[in-house]
This record gives sequence, C-alpha cells and structure tokens, in this order.
Amino acid sequence: MNVVVCVKQIPDPAAPGALDPQSHTLVREGKLILDDSDAYGVEMGLQLAGDAGEVTLVSMAPNQEVSGVRTALAMGAAKAIVVSDPALKGSDALSTAKVLAKAIERVGADLILAATESTDGYTGTTPVQVAELLGLPSVTFAKKVTVSDGKVRVERQTEAGFDEVECPMPCLVTVTAGVVEPRYPSFKGIMAAKSKPVDQLTVADLGLDASSVGAAGARQEITSVAAAEARGGGDIVVDEGDAHERIVQFLEQLKLV
Amino acid sequence: MGLSSEDALSSEHGLSSEHVELVRTVRRFAVQEVAPVIGGYYQRGELPYPLLERMGAMGLFGLPFPEEYGGMGGDYLALCLALEELARVDSSLAITLEAGVGLGAMPIFRFGTEAQRLRWLPDLCTGRALGAFGLTEPGGGSDAGATRTTARREGDQWVIDGSKAFITNSGTAITSLVTVTAVTGRAEDGRPRISTIIVPAGTEGFSVAPGYSKVGWTASDTHELSFADCRVPADHLLGEEGRGYAQFLSILDEGRIAIAALSVGLAQGCIDECVAYVGEREAFGHKIGASQVLQFKLADMDARTHVARLAWRDAAARLLAGQPVKREAAIAKLVASDAAMVNAREATQIFGGAGFMNDTAVGRFYRDAKILEIGEGTSEVQRMLIARHLGLPVTT
Ligand SMILES: Cc1cc2nc3c(=O)[nH]c(=O)nc-3n(C[C@H](O)[C@H](O)[C@H](O)COP(=O)(O)OP(=O)(O)OC[C@H]3O[C@@H](n4cnc5c(N)ncnc54)[C@H](O)[C@@H]3O)c2cc1C
Repeated sequence: MNVVVCVKQIPDPAAPGALDPQSHTLVREGKLILDDSDAYGVEMGLQLAGDAGEVTLVSMAPNQEVSGVRTALAMGAAKAIVVSDPALKGSDALSTAKVLAKAIERVGADLILAATESTDGYTGTTPVQVAELLGLPSVTFAKKVTVSDGKVRVERQTEAGFDEVECPMPCLVTVTAGVVEPRYPSFKGIMAAKSKPVDQLTVADLGLDASSVGAAGARQEITSVAAAEARGGGDIVVDEGDAHERIVQFLEQLKLV
Repeated sequence: MGLSSEDALSSEHGLSSEHVELVRTVRRFAVQEVAPVIGGYYQRGELPYPLLERMGAMGLFGLPFPEEYGGMGGDYLALCLALEELARVDSSLAITLEAGVGLGAMPIFRFGTEAQRLRWLPDLCTGRALGAFGLTEPGGGSDAGATRTTARREGDQWVIDGSKAFITNSGTAITSLVTVTAVTGRAEDGRPRISTIIVPAGTEGFSVAPGYSKVGWTASDTHELSFADCRVPADHLLGEEGRGYAQFLSILDEGRIAIAALSVGLAQGCIDECVAYVGEREAFGHKIGASQVLQFKLADMDARTHVARLAWRDAAARLLAGQPVKREAAIAKLVASDAAMVNAREATQIFGGAGFMNDTAVGRFYRDAKILEIGEGTSEVQRMLIARHLGLPVTT
C-alpha cells in the first residue's frame, strides 16, 4: 500500500517565535523542523505501508526547506515532494490545500495521512480541504487506524469517547497525537535519508496559477492580533477542615460532579 | 529548556550533517523520554529496561559497528555524541550505553574471530543483550597489569579462577557475556601473560554478587564477580593468548574519549538546569540570575564545558584519522571529568537546598560526577599517562 503523509516544517517551538507585523502570520525564515504532530502520521504511514508499500512525504515550505522532511525520511519514508515558491508567501489554509492536493495527485496514494492540526498554525482545516479538492472522503481525529479489504477502519476521537468509522480507500485520514508511538530515527536511517529522492517543485511545476495561491489567492485575512489574556493564578484552597466540601462545591459549580 | 537548542552544537565544526541530526535525535529522546521518568529509576536503584529497549530500537548500541553485525555503520564519534547528549540528562543510561558498546561489544569487534563476532555482536548491537568488561579486581584497578585472576588450559577448555570488582552491566537480565582479563602464564622474564576470555552469562562457576549500593549511577548495573573452576570452551579466548594487556590498553584509550564526552554531557546538563533556574528563582527582589556572582559562575561553567568538549572532539578526530590518541584521550578525560565535577558542585550551590535533593536533576548530577574522576582510569592515572609523553626522568 502506498501512503502519502502531509508534513509541515515549522519553526522550532522551543525557540521564541515572532509574527510578521504586516501579515500577522508566523515568521518562518531560518531553519525549520518537522512538526511533532506530523511524526504520528509518518509512523502510522510506515506501519500501514509495510514492507510492500512505501511512504511519500508531501510538504509545502519556504525556501526549499528540507530539514524537517529529512527527519521523516530518516524515520523510514521513501521519498518526498517539497513545494516552494515565492508566490506561496501569505498562503492561507485553502491555498496550502490546493498545493498539497496537486502534489499528492502526482504520487497516486491509497491513503493520505495528516495531523489533525499543525503546532504553529492550529487552523486544523487544511487536511479536509485537501480531501475535498481531490474529491476523496476524509475521516478526522483518528486515534486508531487499521486497513483491510480496501477499507480503513478508524476509531475517531469524540468528546464523549470514540466513533468506529469505516471508509473506502483512497481517502484521507487525520491522526491525533498518540495514535502510535513515533520511532526515533536510527543513525542508519539518518544516513540513508541523505540520499533519498526529494522532488523540489514550484507552483508552475504543479500547473497551478500563481494568482490562485499565496497572498493573492488567500480567502482569509488576519485583520488584527491580540495578546491572549494571561492565565490567572488559580484559587488555593487552604484546608481548615472543610477543604473537601469547598472542592466538591467548586466541582459542582462546573457541573463536573 | 530548548529541545533542539543549538547550544549542544556550539562546536559544530567537524560534524557531518548526519552527526548533527543524530545529536538532535538523541537530545529529543533524552528530553522527551528519559527526563520525565529517570528520577524514579534512580531513586529505586533500578535499571530502566524500557528505555534501554528504545535506545536499542534507535540503534544506539550499534552506532560504531558495521551493518553486517547488526550495527549502524557509524563511527566512534557518533557514539560519543550520543553519550554526551544522554548524559546531559542522565548518566546511568549513558554509562550503560558506554560500557555496553565501548567495553562490552568493542573488544569482540576489535579482537574477535569472525565466528565470535557473528555469535555475539548482533544481539549486542541491537540492545537485545548487554556486554560487560571485567578488568578491575578487588585487589586493584589502576595497576591492571597486576591481575590475579587466572585461566589455565585443560584439554579444550579454559578454567578460570579469581574475582572482579565493580563491573558495569555484568548482572542485568539481558547480560550475555563478560570478557575477563586473566593471567594465562608467565613470560620468560617472569612477567604475567594476560589474556582476555569471553565468559557467557550463566556459565557454571561464574557467580554474580548482588548489585553494589552506589553513591551515583544508581540506575546502572554494577556487580562483583567471582569465578571458581569456571570452564569455557577454548575458542572463547579473545584474540591471541598473552595479548590481553595490549588489548585493554587500546580499549581504555578509546573508552576515555567516551567517558570525556559523557562528562561534558553532565557538565552541560548542569548549565542547562542552572540557566533555567536562575531565570525563575527570586531573592532580595530580583531574579537570582541577575546577580553578577552567579553570572560569573555560569560563565566559568560554560567556558570549562566548552574547553572540555573541544578536548574530546579533538581526541575523537584523531582516533577516526587513525592517529595515536593516548595523550589526547587522557587529557580529554582529565579535563572533562574535572569540568563535570566542578560544574556539579557549582550547580548544586546555585540551586541551594533544592540542589541537595535527590529528586532534582542537579542532585543526581552531583552524585554522578565523582565517579567520572575514577572509572576507566583515575585522574592520577591520566596524569601519569600525560606525564609519560613529556620525556621526564624516571625513578631508577
Ligand atoms: C560504578 C563503577 C563502575 C565500574 N565499572 C567497571 C567496569 O565495567 N569494568 C572494570 O574493569 N572496572 C570498572 N570499574 C572500576 C574502576 O575502573 C576502578 O575503580 C578504577 O580504575 C580505580 O581502581 P581502584 O578502584 O582499584 O583504585 P586503586 O587502583 O586502588 O587506586 C586508589 C587510589 O590510588 C591512586 N593511585 C593508584 N596508583 C597510583 C600511582 N601509581 N600514582 C598515584 N596515584 C595512584 C588512584 O588514582 C586512586 O586515587 C568501575 C568502578 C565503579 C565505581
């Protein structure tokens, strides 16, 4: 089975990030790393593809960035497509989905995996738009994925528990953190990753019109950004013999008990 | 504390992009998987088998060995980089890796026959098994030539009698072998002929005492071993008979570079912890990190660590280039273990009372630092080796 995994390369969350004062989007210059939340999709893909199939990575990134893609190749993915183009600056989720969908079309996948949302953007809307553009069904929030008889069976995380969903392939599935335990690449994997094929493409290579993507094609605009309210200190319940009652009261207020 | 912070790579020159990626990977593993759980293992004095299994899956135990034996096709530099990053978070796992690879598997790879390599290395390289190296004896470690353990040839067997002290990885649930040095005869001038013999775990006559109660490295495995009429097949001799002394000298030269890297990891870990702490902790109305006294302490810690890192990197580069390393390895181990010891003391001071607690990383660093000045050649032994290169007069 051939699996495509969409991977995002993001600024290291451990390093302080910055927003572009004009576009209010995250500054994504410099070295990028594999989004941690995509490591689950890569691992899931490797397990499902098995020895007979292979995993292809698809990533849209500024400046032909491949550092994060190399990490996923080191985990065991076979090859990658990286789309970079100055015209992609200012892309919203829809523009990104257009690019990813075009790139995925070139590969031909039985299954497309993505994270439920990226760690830097958090829109959580790109994967389903990719599926829509490709005319494929999609299942989101998978906490367990198995494949048999040309179908995926997914345990789909809900607030109350999980749904069991079955879906014909090809299709797109978004996976949650914890769907599998991602492997750490071995040194052999790291060395092999260096010579694995990475196809560097532009918007024109994909046959997309530059005006339909990037800032020009964006249907979304960030008009302003405000700092989140600082977290409050919380209430400290000092036990004067009745702490348990006050805690129960508090939980009752929240309708938790 | 940054996950893929570039500080670990501050002396990046000389590292290939694969080595840099390895450093980042091990760093990520240490921070995400080791840091949250190691304190518990440390306090219980328990070897963290689940973590060893994951290290095995990552190929850390096979780093310097060729793929045909189950290795990663890397080099000794890769091993040392992994040790530094692990020790930045925890030394017990780091020494388990160091002893397993550098002391356990390496002699088999270096001196073993093809049959011995194929029998032992695949399991050692994947972390399914651990190897140990028994050199030190209750009677002494620095003067390792004075080995009292004997092995005599009887028919097609070696019969081993004697004991070994402080042997890392020798009593784990997955220990597959211990290589022991033993006197196998006398040269014409009366000097002992020392040889190295592989003793499989579980061999009759080979007994493992309960683990020592140690000051540090408590989540690693260390035992006293005894051999009483312990018989192994003749083909368990490692390399030539009588070459044991030369063999362990070369293994220890490399091992010192590895211990130096491990020491630098601990020294760096002290800095990581302190930088985070002094930016949070307040006293007399400001963050304690604003005090120049603490800033200067940290500057010295950083300088010391940097110099020690350059020393082990230089020794490793020479080793890879096939150049002599005896002096450089000794210098690296001497300065790096000193850096670890001083940084651990300073870090504990910077943490105040919290630094004296067993459940802080700094408390563990303090307990783990001292052995670095002792194991694989004490600091005195390193000075002896360095002095020998200066062409000084000898006692007559
Ligand atoms: C936790 C732990 C794990 C270990 N793991 C292993 C292992 O896996 N395999 C193994 O073989 N060994 C192992 N060792 C043993 C270690 O290598 C020895 O403890 C070390 O080499 C010192 O030997 P010793 O303890 O016999 O001290 P000694 O040799 O008795 O030395 C005592 C003191 O005398 C000093 N001294 C000795 N000779 C001289 C001299 N000529 N001039 C000046 N000073 C001198 C030493 O520097 C030291 O300060 C381990 C030890 C520990 C504590």
